[in-house]
Amino acid sequence: MGPRLKLFLPLILFALLAIILFRGLGLDPSEMPSALIDRPLPAFSLPALGEARLLSEADVTGQPALLNIWATWCPSCRVEHPYLQQLADKGVPIFGINYKDDDSAAQRWLDELGNPYRFNIADREGTLGLDMGVYGAPETYLLDARGVVRYRHVGVVDENVWQTILEPLYLKLVKESGTL
Amino acid sequence: MRIMRQLLLAGLVLIAGQAIALIETYEFSTPELEARYQQLSEELRCPKCQNQNIADSNAPIAQDLRKLLHQQLEQGASDGEILEYMVARYGEFVRYRPRFGGANLVLWLAPILLLCAAFVVLIITLRSRSKTATGTTLLSAQEQARLQSLLAKAEQDT
Repeated sequence: MGPRLKLFLPLILFALLAIILFRGLGLDPSEMPSALIDRPLPAFSLPALGEARLLSEADVTGQPALLNIWATWCPSCRVEHPYLQQLADKGVPIFGINYKDDDSAAQRWLDELGNPYRFNIADREGTLGLDMGVYGAPETYLLDARGVVRYRHVGVVDENVWQTILEPLYLKLVKESGTL
Repeated sequence: MRIMRQLLLAGLVLIAGQAIALIETYEFSTPELEARYQQLSEELRCPKCQNQNIADSNAPIAQDLRKLLHQQLEQGASDGEILEYMVARYGEFVRYRPRFGGANLVLWLAPILLLCAAFVVLIITLRSRSKTATGTTLLSAQEQARLQSLLAKAEQDT
């Protein structure tokens, strides 16, 4: 290395560091991959909300679907609810997990705001949520037809999230399973 | 005055109640279990509030994890089993002291490697510097003789 080049070494190091740090600004540290990705949903046996039957992991299989974790105590869930309803109206299967909530409050919410869910798993104690690594509501999981978790989105699902992230993955899964 | 004092006392009691309500307490069958609880709850990271451990956080998920930790300890699970259970659900992220192996090797070994690299650079610079130093300050025979006479003179003076 010539002495001329050596003079520029600090500048080069600075530029490298600046690029790395600048990239760091654009990353969201709360976006963590779920430990469940590419693994089947944990086994469970929990009551259905408002129905007298028990649900298990086999009930959410059969087609690619969204599994949405919500609760009446969660303000962001109210924000995403109308968009979930739109998706359900378009024919996207959505299952709900009513997470650490009160059954009657949840039932009232569905009666008032509409019910985008095929059915709701009443996870009153949050045991299923714990097994899935849920750390807050809302969270939305994308399941394939065999009930394997393929993607997790933390936070509100809106048009932007659906169109840029979830829909392409969902359509790919639909194509894979050949149910279109 | 007396009323003031009573009011103050009442206020303090109220505040104390809140302080207790903030973090729940658990009963342990042995002090050894309690010590392990303290150690593990400080080592496990709260997934929701990412810069706190579950001992310090008051997020609902941290409360759940503390409850779970207490249950598992009382059921006789080992530290390794508990950590494995947590990592299976919340990912490697929940550990403040990451496992040695896999992708974490970069985390563990990078400081040592960087330190070694710094030493190599240091040695190379020192060597090249000492080489140029001897090259330029070598004295001629005449200068050497003068240096010796000056040194001898200085010695006599003292």
